Amino acid sequence: MCKHNLTIAILALQGAFREHQQALEKLNVSCFEIRQSSDLTRPFDGLILPGGESTVMGKLLWELNLFNSLKAKIEEGLPVFGTCAGLILLAGKIESAVPHLGTMEITARRNAYGRQLGSFQTHADFGGNGIIPMIFIRAPYITAVSENAEILARVDGNIVAARQKNQLATAFHPELSEDLSVHQYFLNMIQERESA
Amino acid sequence: MNEQVNNRYTLNKQLAQMLKGGVIMDVTTPEQARTAQEAGACAVMALERIPADIRAAGGVSRMSDPKMIKGIQDAVSIPVMAKCRIGHFVEAQILESIEIDYIDESEVLSPADDKYHIDKTQFNVPFVCGARDLGEALRRIAEGASMIRTKGEPGTGDVVQAVRHMRVMNADIRRIQNLRTDELFEAARQLQVPLDLIQYVHDAGRLPVVNFAAGGIATPADAALMMQLGAEGVFVGSGIFKSGNPQKRAAAIVQAVTNYTDAGLIASLSEDLGDAMVGINEQEIQLIMEERGK
Repeated sequence: MCKHNLTIAILALQGAFREHQQALEKLNVSCFEIRQSSDLTRPFDGLILPGGESTVMGKLLWELNLFNSLKAKIEEGLPVFGTCAGLILLAGKIESAVPHLGTMEITARRNAYGRQLGSFQTHADFGGNGIIPMIFIRAPYITAVSENAEILARVDGNIVAARQKNQLATAFHPELSEDLSVHQYFLNMIQERESA
Repeated sequence: MNEQVNNRYTLNKQLAQMLKGGVIMDVTTPEQARTAQEAGACAVMALERIPADIRAAGGVSRMSDPKMIKGIQDAVSIPVMAKCRIGHFVEAQILESIEIDYIDESEVLSPADDKYHIDKTQFNVPFVCGARDLGEALRRIAEGASMIRTKGEPGTGDVVQAVRHMRVMNADIRRIQNLRTDELFEAARQLQVPLDLIQYVHDAGRLPVVNFAAGGIATPADAALMMQLGAEGVFVGSGIFKSGNPQKRAAAIVQAVTNYTDAGLIASLSEDLGDAMVGINEQEIQLIMEERGK
């Protein structure tokens, strides 16, 4: 059991951050938005990097003076969960682009399924926890992971979810479906760390 | 089959959700598209002439050259939108065939049909449509639009119409929310929209799709004003590339949309932006685009 009630910070620079708030509310977890560096003074137990456009968020992380603090927190072990664009922010390598936070030893391919006509929904196993709905919107996928990262899900042979210690990344959007198991998995990651 | 169609519509609404909190910028060349992406645009609208120039040139305005749109698609990684004329479903078919990410069935171009909008349920690509009030918005959604924007008055640099449309939309939504359930049938009849959409607005207190602001937004303050009035993101058309320093102004508007309640930050963003687009006042314009397509 956790020592105290968890608080999750959600990066709210652009994109589908409210959908993550709604998912966390269903799990009775409190959360707040990070829009500028003064928001980082509040304590939090985990960080969510939502879907949206990675080029927008990557640029605003610098302009709003959030980049170095967030990167340092993740490297110190702060649990972080990136979906879609959030996965791209975490990726240590991005095919034909410069990485952003680059804290996770994975290689991401942006727009890997093509334009909006390539967006789709499917079902697949997530980390041996059962079959869950997976929604891909102009999504990336992971083309390579280091031996430090664990593959949690594949769709059509491509890696769509991975974990490396305190970092979780999904190419799909659990916050857009009714299924809360990926958010619950992230909360469990935080509690493992707090009880360790 | 039906499930597949529903699935596609849901996915299209979800792409709009990913654009929230962002700025969609009008661009006319691959260079402008790259400038917009570097400045933090969450999508670009590819068109041959920005609305201010369409206004100045007069005449019939049509869908852009597909080759020009493809050039912009190749130049950026963010979603690319393009406009077709109201009711011109063949222009929409062409845009779908080149795999555009979003079609704007837009009053900025000359309408091709003065009675019917496109049946957007027949397409796999998503559509965004302009609206001045709840009735227009729900009629477009019933036709298959998966995103709504205010019409505003494009190409003027005057934000007054966008403000009016956003306020009317939100007042309409509040009115529907406060109705008794037995009054919803009459509301649906008056607005000429399906009952299930009125029911959704009554229960959720919002449109069933993402709602952006558009038309006449020219400064970081304009963008923040629309966000504080309830917009979920903004389109900036002529306001950027008709100004003195497009790169700087674009980046400032992007930051103002993220931190739209921080007046101190917006003050510093508004410094030294160079000349804003000149603009035309509401009373001075001859062509009222917002009247197109109801």
